[in-house]
Amino acid sequence: MAKIEITDLNFYYGDMQALHHIAMSVPDRQITALIGPSGCGKSTFLRCLNRMNDTIPGTRVEGSVLLDGQNIYAPGTNVVDLRRRVGMVFQRPNPFPQSVFDNVAFGPRVLGLTRERDLHELVEESLHRAALWDEVKDDLHQDAQQLSLGQQQRLCIARTIAVEPEVILMDEPCSALDPIATLEIEELMKKLEKEYCILIVTHNMQQAARVSDWTGFFWLGKLVEFDATQTVFTRPSHKLTEDYITGRAG
Amino acid sequence: MIRETFERDLQRLQDETLILGSMVENAILESVGVLKRRDVEGAKRLIAQDRFINQKRFDIEEEALVLIATQQPMAVDLRTIAAVLDITHELERIGDYAKGIARISLMIGEQPLIKPLVDVPRMAEKACDMLHRALEAFVTQDVVLARSIPPEDEEVDDLYNQVYRELITYILSDPRRIEGANYLLWVAHNLERSADRVTNICERVIFTVTGEMTELDSDTGLAGLS
Repeated sequence: MAKIEITDLNFYYGDMQALHHIAMSVPDRQITALIGPSGCGKSTFLRCLNRMNDTIPGTRVEGSVLLDGQNIYAPGTNVVDLRRRVGMVFQRPNPFPQSVFDNVAFGPRVLGLTRERDLHELVEESLHRAALWDEVKDDLHQDAQQLSLGQQQRLCIARTIAVEPEVILMDEPCSALDPIATLEIEELMKKLEKEYCILIVTHNMQQAARVSDWTGFFWLGKLVEFDATQTVFTRPSHKLTEDYITGRAG
Repeated sequence: MIRETFERDLQRLQDETLILGSMVENAILESVGVLKRRDVEGAKRLIAQDRFINQKRFDIEEEALVLIATQQPMAVDLRTIAAVLDITHELERIGDYAKGIARISLMIGEQPLIKPLVDVPRMAEKACDMLHRALEAFVTQDVVLARSIPPEDEEVDDLYNQVYRELITYILSDPRRIEGANYLLWVAHNLERSADRVTNICERVIFTVTGEMTELDSDTGLAGLS
């Protein structure tokens, strides 16, 4: 069964329709990449999955997004809890101006997920899972903003993991990183997929090809093709996909 | 290790190539075995089994193309995958030579061989030994080993020339033996070509490690004609 089942999803910024009848089954414990040119709707779609678009005035959603069979747009949905279950990592690493420890402990403290004395264990485990522990364990109280950009992004992933999400949304998580830091994040994603459902939006087709199990190609607000990544990148079903991935369209 | 997943996939591709190599080695040895034993059923089985070799080659090719499409391999990684594509092609062709020998077994059918097989099995063993070590050189990226194998092709060529001369003598002494001699000549030819393809594999190993395209051809006598 899919972790997230999207059916006939339409999204509007005022009168402008940004997403058209999107249907997709997102599998659990695998990585799904969303590719397409700028403005094709892939980030808008991603933000629909934890209702981040709710914060933008004048927007409207139609259709359904089922998370484990429950429609996240149903009246009475606890949006705070939804965003805990469906965490998000952003384009630019955005650590709080606090210590490494406090960054990771922030979510659990705010949500009251754990007692203060258990926090150390949770922070350590989250940093381990984000493949950052060995690099910061000697000084957990150093300023998070002093870390390299790649480390900051892994810290943001640790911060996301610390609130025990089920789904991790990543919106261009490597666009600010150098190639080595990018590969480190990609390798981390491959480890995390064993425990989480991961969706990544990326401008970088090669990254989608390297890291994902499934790929969705968006064009002008429509989902043109959604298939196993190796199929999309070796024998796509649609000419438009072929033209885009071979650099002939977009 | 940063690209652990890719490294694992690349390793698997090389492992699969070794498995294909082992299937082909067995096919060559068995093709000469069934000819020697006059095992018609074994020959039929061998011909049918060639499809497994072909399928394995296609599977490896598919995996290699997926790796190129999805992992953007560079430098030695790219050369390794390019070499896998070449080597699996060579292996598949050697598999075809084994199938060809099995077909000759069927064509000879119940007729007795015109001479006992002595040098032909030696050619098969030598070609397989060379193939085995060439694939070892590929997975261990051992250029010294790769360079040392092609000169040994001369041994196979010498055996081929010897078989040829012997068969000519048989034909001259009794022209009714032309057909039987011709069959065995084809068997020897297939084995000689198999060893030549091992040389091509060694060239690919050197290319993988050094990036250098080299010709290591060492055919002599009759073997140089094909």
